[in-house]
Amino acid sequence: MKMRLTVASLLLAGSGAVTAAGGGALLDYDPDVKNAASVQRGAANFMNYCSGCHSLRFLRYGRLAEDHGIPEDLLRENLMFTTDKPGDHILSAMPGDEAAGWFGQKPPDLSLTARARGADWIYSFLMTFYVDDKKATGVNNLQLPGASMPHVLADLEGYKAIAHGDESDGEGHGGHDKPKFEVIEAGVMSPAQYDAFVSDITNFLAYAAEPGKATMHSRGLWVIFYLLLLIPLTYFIKKEFWKDVH
Amino acid sequence: MGIVANPHKTTGFLGWVDDRFPLTKIWKDHISEYYAPKNFNFWYYFGSLAMLVLVNQILTGIFLAMHYKPSAAEAFSSVEYIMRDVPFGDLIRYLHSTGASAFFIVVYLHMYRGLMYGSYRKPRELIWIFGCLIYLVLMAEAFAGYVLPWGQMSFWGAQVIISLFGAIPVIGESLVIWIQGDYVPSDATLNRLFSLHVVALPFVLVGLVVAHLMALHEVGSNNPDGIDIKANKDENGVPRDGIPFHPYYTVKDLFGVSIFLALFLSVVFFLPDAGGYFLERPNFEEANPSVTPEHIAPVWYFTPFYAMLRAVPDKLGGVIVMFAAVLILFVVPWLDRSKVRSVRYKGWISKIALIIFAINFVILAWLGLEAPSDGKTMAARVGTVIYFLFFLLMPIYTKMEGTKPEPSRVTS
Repeated sequence: MKMRLTVASLLLAGSGAVTAAGGGALLDYDPDVKNAASVQRGAANFMNYCSGCHSLRFLRYGRLAEDHGIPEDLLRENLMFTTDKPGDHILSAMPGDEAAGWFGQKPPDLSLTARARGADWIYSFLMTFYVDDKKATGVNNLQLPGASMPHVLADLEGYKAIAHGDESDGEGHGGHDKPKFEVIEAGVMSPAQYDAFVSDITNFLAYAAEPGKATMHSRGLWVIFYLLLLIPLTYFIKKEFWKDVH
Repeated sequence: MGIVANPHKTTGFLGWVDDRFPLTKIWKDHISEYYAPKNFNFWYYFGSLAMLVLVNQILTGIFLAMHYKPSAAEAFSSVEYIMRDVPFGDLIRYLHSTGASAFFIVVYLHMYRGLMYGSYRKPRELIWIFGCLIYLVLMAEAFAGYVLPWGQMSFWGAQVIISLFGAIPVIGESLVIWIQGDYVPSDATLNRLFSLHVVALPFVLVGLVVAHLMALHEVGSNNPDGIDIKANKDENGVPRDGIPFHPYYTVKDLFGVSIFLALFLSVVFFLPDAGGYFLERPNFEEANPSVTPEHIAPVWYFTPFYAMLRAVPDKLGGVIVMFAAVLILFVVPWLDRSKVRSVRYKGWISKIALIIFAINFVILAWLGLEAPSDGKTMAARVGTVIYFLFFLLMPIYTKMEGTKPEPSRVTS
C-alpha cells in the first residue's frame, strides 16, 4: 500500500519534469553554446548578414567578448559598428518605423528568439527558404509560411524550390519528415558549408538568448558535487542521533 | 525593583532575556520539547521542505525586487537585466522561478500526506483549514508573480484569469475593469499585482504559516498510524511514542533538505525552464496585447483546475466548478466519517479512492496543459466528476467500509 502511494506521488512530482514538445520546428537542431569557435563565427556571420536589420537589444558587445575571450581591438575591428562602445547593446542601424513600411513589419529583435521559439526553430527557418513567385520577396519559408523576410543568405545558399515528385503520404507525421528541396540556382557555398554557416548562427543566437548559461552549468557542477558529499554526511548524522530511538 | 526570575533558571545574557521575553519557552515549546511521533515516514519531509522553499522565495524575492521594474514599459527588460547584468542575477531569478514550482510540488505532496493519514481529523481541523488557506493564497501569489516578467504568457494568462471574474452576473464586467484598473491588463494591472505579490500576499502567507504551526503545536502532530500518541504518556508526561523535534527531526529533516536541494538545484542550474513547464517558452517574448499566442496554458500547477474550468461548457459554471474544486478541500474534515484516521486502517474503498484521486489529478494536470479537443474535453469532464466524487462520496464510503483495528502504539 505504502509503496503504491509512493509511486503515485512520484508520478505526481515527476509530471513537471518531462520535457515538453519541441515547439513545432521542422528540423531538429541541438545548439552547442560551449563551442566557442562556432559561437564566434556565428557572431561574425550575424554581424555581417543579420545585424543590419535585427538587433540583439539585451546582449552587450563587451559581454560577448568577455565570454569568448575576444580581445577588445578584435572586437572593435570585426564585430562592432565604429560608433558603438563595448558596453553598448547590439542594436540594429535600421530605423524601426520605416522598416515596418518596407517589410510589412519591423524586423524582430533576436535576443531571446532561441528561448521563445527554440534553436531548432531558428535553424529550420534559415534552412527552409524556397522560391515562391506569389511572394513579393520571391521566396517563402516552410518554417514560417508567409515570412516577410527576404532570403538574405541567398548569395551563400543559392535558391531552392520544394521538390515535388515523391509526395509523402499527406499527413507529414507531425512535421518530422525532412522537407525535400531541389536546387534552382547554386550559391557560393556548398550545402554542407551553408549548413555549417547556419549552425554557427544558431549556436550564436542560442548563446545570445542566455549568455550566463555556461557559468550556471559550471557553478552547478560544484554545487551538486558539494551536495553529493553532504547527503551521506546528513544521512549518517541522522542515523547516529536516531540510534536511541526504538 | 525586583523582577520575577524566569522559570527556566537560565542565567547570564540568556537569563536576562528570559526574564523579559519567552525565548527559552518558545525554544522548548516548539523545538526542543515539542514531542513528535517517532514513526514519521518519507511523507513527513514535505512540511519542513515547504518552509524551506518559502524562505527561499522570500530571500530571492527581496533581491529580485531590488532590480525589477514594475512597469509595463520596463518589466520585461528589467528581468533580462537581472538575467544578464546583475551579479548572480540569473541564479537568483532561477531560484525564485524554480522555487515557485517546487513550492507547489512539496505542497501537493504535503496535502496528499494529510489526505492519506487523516491529518485533518479532529482535533486538527484548523490546521487543515489554515493549510487550505495557505494553498489558496499561494495560488494567488503564484499567479501575481507569473504576471510580473510581462512576457506573452504573463499578459495573456492575466487576461484569461482576470476575465474569469467577468462571468459573475451583473457586476462581472465592472469588476474586471476594477481589478485591472484598465480595460485590458496594462501598466496599472502590473503595478497592483506587483504590490500584492511582494507585500500583501507574502504578509498573509507568513501569518497563515505561523497560524498553521501554532495550531499544529497546540494539538500535536498526527502520524502514519493516525493514532493519538498523547494517550500513552510516561511518568514525566512525555508521550512514550514521542521524540523531541530537536535533535531528532531537525537532523532527519537536514537529510531531507540535502536530498531536496540536490534535486531542486539540479533543475535550477541545468534545466531551469524544465522543458517549458516551469518557464513557458512564449514568456520569453514581451507582452503584446495585439498578438494572441497560439495556445494559452497556465503553468503546470494550475492546470488541473484549468482543465476543470474548460470542461464545463458554460463560463460561469466553469468558474464555479473551478473555485468549488479548491473550496471543497476546506470541508474534508467533516466529509470523512471513518472510525480511523489513517488509510492504513481504512477499508479498501478508501485506499482505491486515494490512488484514483492521485492519478486523476495528474491526468487533469496533463489535460490542462494540452490544447482542447473533443476527446480531451470529454476526458476532462470525466476527470472533474471523479475529482468531486472523491470528496462528495467520502461520507458514504468512509462510513460503510470495514476498518482494521488501530494499534495502541505506533508501528515503525
